[in-house]
Amino acid sequence: MNLPDIIKFVIDLVAVLLLALGIKGLSKVRSAREANILAAFAMLLSVIGLLSYYLGTSGIPSQSWVWIIVGSLVGSLLGTLLAKKVPMTSMPETVALFNGFGGMSSLLVAIGAFLFPFNEVAKSVSLEPFINDLSISVSIFVGAITFSGSIVAMAKLQGWLSTPRWTQVKARHFVNIVFGVTSLVAFIYLISGNISSIWLLVIASTLLGVGVTLPIGGADMPVVISLLNSYSGIAAAAAGFVVDSQLLIVAGAMVGAAGLILTQVMCKGMNRSLISVLFGGSLSAQTTSSSGSGEYTNITSCSVEECALTLEAANRVIVVPGYGLAVAQAQHTLREVTKKLEQNGIEVVYAIHPVAGRMPGHMNVLLAEADVPYEQLKEMDIVNPEFPATDVVLVLGANDVVNPQAKNDKSSPLYGMPVLDVQEARTVFVIKRGMSAGYSGIKNDLFDLPNTSMVFGDAKKVLSELIGELKDLGVGEK
Amino acid sequence: MNFDSLLWVLLLGSLLGLELIGKVPPTLHTPLMSGANAISGITMLAALTAIIKAEPNSPLLIIGSISLGFALFNVVGGFFVTDRMLAMFSRKPTKKNK
Repeated sequence: MNLPDIIKFVIDLVAVLLLALGIKGLSKVRSAREANILAAFAMLLSVIGLLSYYLGTSGIPSQSWVWIIVGSLVGSLLGTLLAKKVPMTSMPETVALFNGFGGMSSLLVAIGAFLFPFNEVAKSVSLEPFINDLSISVSIFVGAITFSGSIVAMAKLQGWLSTPRWTQVKARHFVNIVFGVTSLVAFIYLISGNISSIWLLVIASTLLGVGVTLPIGGADMPVVISLLNSYSGIAAAAAGFVVDSQLLIVAGAMVGAAGLILTQVMCKGMNRSLISVLFGGSLSAQTTSSSGSGEYTNITSCSVEECALTLEAANRVIVVPGYGLAVAQAQHTLREVTKKLEQNGIEVVYAIHPVAGRMPGHMNVLLAEADVPYEQLKEMDIVNPEFPATDVVLVLGANDVVNPQAKNDKSSPLYGMPVLDVQEARTVFVIKRGMSAGYSGIKNDLFDLPNTSMVFGDAKKVLSELIGELKDLGVGEK
Repeated sequence: MNFDSLLWVLLLGSLLGLELIGKVPPTLHTPLMSGANAISGITMLAALTAIIKAEPNSPLLIIGSISLGFALFNVVGGFFVTDRMLAMFSRKPTKKNK
């Protein structure tokens, strides 16, 4: 081992260690922010390690420098711009987009490595050409699925793509099997040296990514993104075999495995198995065909004024935020309302369902943005026994996570999903734009209950009216 | 490195990844996913290697450069966006409640 080798070895080792500590730290509230910076630093370190190694050995041609600088400047600038500009509500789709681009990167490198072999190691002694081709093929396959799957996931979360009805037909499995088998055939051709089948592999695996992601309902999307995130780790590890880099393999494998665990954790939160997420299709389409009992019989709607009066008389209020709150960007207005209530000595707590919003943790981020004290956010298991002792529950743009069907109706597709027992409270106000169903497309029995009143309107508008009404009542001015 | 030691690296790396995160509070699911996602942009190293080893005037330079751009978009954007999310949590102990 000569000097550049040793230096690179040490740098890589440190980088891996820091990355591992970074991932670990990110899973704890106390250390998360520092861990993120640590991981970013580790990535920078790994680049420095790589560049210094080549500078110390073969040298880096000036032409390469130009392309390196162009590529990194454009990528970093656009990435930074998006990261700074994107509103907090669109976090899930942003993560999906980033993830898709990561997959694209592995895909391109693999295509490049295959068409213009640069890895002389592969052609000489240590790595057999077969292994080289195999890792390139894996990289292409996984990279393409990650890319197309993530882009579809992003488009669906953005609302650019709905779940087309035809994707709910059982035949979609057949179509996906065709894509899968085609990919496999192309894969085998490719590793047996048939270069032209590379494009078939690219196309078939891209289509497979689309075909698998498209039928999945929006409520399950976070799980899919997490899974695709794990895939992009696998793609990175495969790319590591292509360029013979242990660092790449370790980092990719770590992300791949950690992503799987996170996917599992999320599935548990929704009481869904990974299999049913991936192959079960969208919940809504199944219900409309099986049970047509979507009619409400006993809806009570009420004015903002009544809502304010009830709130004023309450001792304890629980707020249940959902995606509607995020869409309406009403978190700051909500905070003003709750501040007024608190000034009047009313106890306010926020009940956070594990999958409220479009992604676990979505609501926490949103409420933190509005300066809601962290101690007031309570997780489902802790807050559920507290509902019977609660006077008023405000459901803000949440739907499926407060549907009692999940507990009572065995035939419901939601059955078994853990929900917030808001109906146990004395009075429930549901602030909602209209009677449309939630993301799962299922009727919410809560709305029919006698202690539930609907306040129709956009969350932000209703809440600002509520502030006015509370002011008139003299709440929060003592 | 020969193939079987790379396989060992893969195996041990995966095991490490499985052990790294156990219980994750739901608050951190999104940031953790986003952070891990930024790390998966480590493919930038592969793109860099491709560019450095490409022959002069080879199309590989361009492919590698585009790939590097995509990877860095993922890495830089990913870390920034994660930091933005986490910044909101870290504000909470310093009580902004006037």
